Amino acid sequence: MSDTSIVLRIIPVSYLSALGVRRPHRMIERHVMAYRRQWLIVVSGFFEPLFYLLSMRAGVGDLVGDVSVAGRAVPYDAFVAPALMASSAMNGAIFDSTGNVLHRLKYARIYDAALATPMGPADVALGEISWALIRGQIYAIGFLAVMAAMGLTESWWCLMALPVCALIGLTFASIGFLGTTYMRGWSDMEIVNTLMMPLFLFSATFFPISSYGDWAWVVQLSPLYHGVALVRACNAGVWTASLVVHALVLLVISVVMLAWASRRIDRLLRR
Amino acid sequence: MPEPLIVARGLKKRFDEFEAVKGIDVEVQPGEVFGFLGPNGAGKSSTMRMIACVSPASEGTLRLFGMDPAVDGAKIRARIGVVPQLDTLDTELSVQENLWIYGRYFDLSRAECRRRATELLEFAQLTDRADSVVEHLSGGMKRRLSIARSLINEPELLLLDEPTTGLDPQARHVLWERLYRLKQQGVTQVLTTHYMDEAEQLCDRLVVMDQGLIVAEGSPRELIDRYSTREVLELRFGAGTNDQFGPQVAGIGDRFEVLPDRVLVYADDGEAALAEAHHRGLRPESALVRRSSLEDVFLLLTGRSLAD
Ligand SMILES: Nc1ncnc2c1ncn2[C@@H]1O[C@H](COP(=O)(O)OP(=O)(O)O)[C@@H](O)[C@H]1O
Ligand SMILES: [Mg+2]
Repeated sequence: MSDTSIVLRIIPVSYLSALGVRRPHRMIERHVMAYRRQWLIVVSGFFEPLFYLLSMRAGVGDLVGDVSVAGRAVPYDAFVAPALMASSAMNGAIFDSTGNVLHRLKYARIYDAALATPMGPADVALGEISWALIRGQIYAIGFLAVMAAMGLTESWWCLMALPVCALIGLTFASIGFLGTTYMRGWSDMEIVNTLMMPLFLFSATFFPISSYGDWAWVVQLSPLYHGVALVRACNAGVWTASLVVHALVLLVISVVMLAWASRRIDRLLRR
Repeated sequence: MPEPLIVARGLKKRFDEFEAVKGIDVEVQPGEVFGFLGPNGAGKSSTMRMIACVSPASEGTLRLFGMDPAVDGAKIRARIGVVPQLDTLDTELSVQENLWIYGRYFDLSRAECRRRATELLEFAQLTDRADSVVEHLSGGMKRRLSIARSLINEPELLLLDEPTTGLDPQARHVLWERLYRLKQQGVTQVLTTHYMDEAEQLCDRLVVMDQGLIVAEGSPRELIDRYSTREVLELRFGAGTNDQFGPQVAGIGDRFEVLPDRVLVYADDGEAALAEAHHRGLRPESALVRRSSLEDVFLLLTGRSLAD
């Protein structure tokens, strides 16, 4: 029996292939090839959240002092760091799944070329989202390392923030990818930028949810809020039942968006 | 007769309300070079995209290698090569990387991709441009790279949508020669073109397409014999006066056509037709006798010239 037939016997693989997913990794291979020459662009994505973190420590942290979270006093930079980590997972995923995907979809026509081969629309959709995830994970690992070096991590539980960031990445990459299939052109990227800013600022990123008062329910509509809550819990190593809800919200959004995006890309590319 | 590679019956393509392909029947035999000849908007690309299994048929049946694209699209695509009308080369990759990644889409091993890419670069005369960025290639080079890329999986069937449109004459001849070589190697080819000389040069058999329908089918020679006379007399009267003098050639030869810039007289003996025109006192600015071409077939069948 050949290697492939053994692999194909494993149930998840055959389940995926029933959905038309066989070669999502080829899309990733293509991007690795393309980015070999542009590795600086990849590396640069790491610095923006890092600069935020440094500015929090140097300036804002001194002014604000400690923040009370679940009855504990936490230094401001340790409060904000997990939120920045979650935000950078969101930013990376959105960045990859909107602008880059739009370029490949409408202008570079990378997918048209791929779909003339045995690759299918589901391979393209899953490949792109996986790529966004991988890139996001690289940033998350870097970010966590810096947090640890600055003494902002509280226990080994902080490592759990990595899979959580992958989940946040999955959620936003799926949303971004779906949104991109509806874009008419570059001008629609403005909408993305306009939506990202309030998400970043009002997801209990810089203030605890209690400080939003009567408006706390609005914050809860933001997927990023749920991501921030999860990363914060990982870093603190404080586990509560509400975390399951946060994770489920992200998971459900991801699955729905992913299925929808896969159908959209099929309709768009196989006209 | 061997099993046909492609069989289409009542094939239709609709885009919302608009019907781009209105029910066509086509059979392509293995080893054949088959052409779709027709003006812009005839539905050639829509047909090619259905055959390439990248666009689902709206109605009718389509079989390639005996398989249904709606069921076995990926399996069929694994056995064909596609050169789309507009190049879809990966502009972020180098020339040879384009070939490598394409081979990977077909699940070839990296070593095999490299081996085939080297051969294909030779075939496409691009060896010295292997590391160039695609953006910097000329139109002819891009087209050759597109063709090279479509061959990476050693396809049994090659689909070429307007392979030479926009190329200068020299680049076209280079491409024609490459396609002829592939034919000799036994690769079945289906191509579209709106150049009648290309269709005559390359195709064993072709269909003339107009407004989503097939209006004639046969080898280039058969079509010319069936629909046109042996020769054509072209008369050019002064600008704007072709309309006025045209009708005066009625009765010379089998029939005539008045175009904006010239009058065509269809006759088996062009010289005799010219003598008759002079005899009637017609004094065109220039006169030319030539053999009939597919252009004439098209004009007769549709009442329009291919160039429109
Ligand atoms: N994706 C599409 N959506 C809507 N109309 C289309 C689409 N593709 C082609 N058409 C229309 O279908 C007709 C046939 O187009 P096409 O198949 O490209 O013809 P050809 O290749 O012979 O020039 C044209 O009128 C064109 O505008
Ligand atoms: Mg076309």
